[in-house]
Amino acid sequence: MNNEYRPYTLIAELTYRCPLRCPYCSNPIDYARHGAEIDTDTWLRVFHEAEALGVVQLSLTGGEPLLRNDLEQFIEKASKVELYTNLITSGIPLTFERLSRLQALGLNSVQLSIQSTRPSESDRIAGAPSFHRKLEAMQWVKSLELPLTMNVVLHRDNIGEIPELIALAERVSADRLELANVQYLGWALQNRSALLPTREQLERARTIAEHARGRLQGKMEVVFVTPDYYSVYPKSCMDGWGRRFIVVNPEGFALPCHLAHTIPGLHFENVRQCHLEEIWHHSSSFNQFRGDGWLPDPCRTCDRRTKDFGGCRCQAFHVTGNAGATDPACFLSPDHGRIESARSQASHLSGVPVMFEYRTGRGFSQA
Amino acid sequence: MTGDIARPQLSLKVRLRFDRRTGRYLLLYPETGLELSRTATEIARLCTGEWTVDEIAQHLAQFHTEISPVEISRDVLDFLKTLAGRGLLQGLQ
Ligand code: SF4
Ligand code: SF4
Repeated sequence: MNNEYRPYTLIAELTYRCPLRCPYCSNPIDYARHGAEIDTDTWLRVFHEAEALGVVQLSLTGGEPLLRNDLEQFIEKASKVELYTNLITSGIPLTFERLSRLQALGLNSVQLSIQSTRPSESDRIAGAPSFHRKLEAMQWVKSLELPLTMNVVLHRDNIGEIPELIALAERVSADRLELANVQYLGWALQNRSALLPTREQLERARTIAEHARGRLQGKMEVVFVTPDYYSVYPKSCMDGWGRRFIVVNPEGFALPCHLAHTIPGLHFENVRQCHLEEIWHHSSSFNQFRGDGWLPDPCRTCDRRTKDFGGCRCQAFHVTGNAGATDPACFLSPDHGRIESARSQASHLSGVPVMFEYRTGRGFSQA
Repeated sequence: MTGDIARPQLSLKVRLRFDRRTGRYLLLYPETGLELSRTATEIARLCTGEWTVDEIAQHLAQFHTEISPVEISRDVLDFLKTLAGRGLLQGLQ
């Protein structure tokens, strides 16, 4: 059986609803206007079909997956078909009882995001009082001996806190610390000038993270993801478009990437109507950027094309207007100038207090 | 890195699962996994906390007479290092 295009991971976005409203969230900007969430039975069928297609990892995410009260059923089903199940959560709203129930049903790991180590700052970014509850949730995860990933989305206002973030991760005995810089798409693109760190901030953060990685090796994995805006080459697009991942969004659309629906002109099938296997093999959007036949110049002849696959399609679209262009984050891209100008803007703005444009319409009304 | 593992034991976060598509075993851990070779699978199975590193190598040597014991010991150590480096073993001191 050909494993070149085999999905190993299903990212199940169970809902767009979320009690928090971080300004860099990649939820659709107009999510309050989106359609109804797919029902329990459809998800159960999707997990079954995914496993048959080769999926072994399941990421339950959102929005906030804890807001689905059929989460228990999902985890039970996933465990029955031997999927390794990861819960990606803000930790709110959670109780110890529910977490232990989820574990008993087969939950394998928890990834919890925090915004800052300073409670008031954390609550300000999240737009709701949440820091202490997150801390408590992380302690529950560890007391149940579940593996814990602490995830922090880095931006100009919290990137200086790396030492404290590492100390906090050690204190809660996280197995993995993910320091990921904001991906400038969706909400974050609108807030880019307030979020993008300066090069100095970034270099300092990277050095500290690298030091911690060495010191903690084997105990805690420290992952530092540079923002594309400061790298020479773009990041690999999820190991290749339509190659290792399937995302199913709350409305049931199957996507090669969680933001693919922000690219106009791509057609997506819905799991309500189609079998996942059919979508994986025959969907025009999954096939559009598969392999290297579609690659533009300069990627076409570049040695790195099997590593980064020409970079991010969404970023190419949102910055250049053409989803089939070389990712402008690449220094070889003819559109790289646009990234450079955002970067120099960031260096001018440093020191100016930042202003976020908050998301409104928190979607609870749909619950 | 592995000199300090007395009796290696797979960490609680690890699940070993058979992969119908390839006929091999996968070692799954949060959000990712490793595809194991046949030998790696045998070693992983013996990481129960009961066997020492030497005992694991000796055990494998009985079934792989075509490979020299030195080579087997090296393979075992290399694989355990890979696991330890990813935080997939407990029993580290
Ligand atoms: S030219 Fe294309 S393939 Fe080469 S590094 Fe840039 S984005 Fe990657
Ligand atoms: S297109 Fe961009 S956002 Fe989408 S998966 Fe690829 S890298 Fe990620």
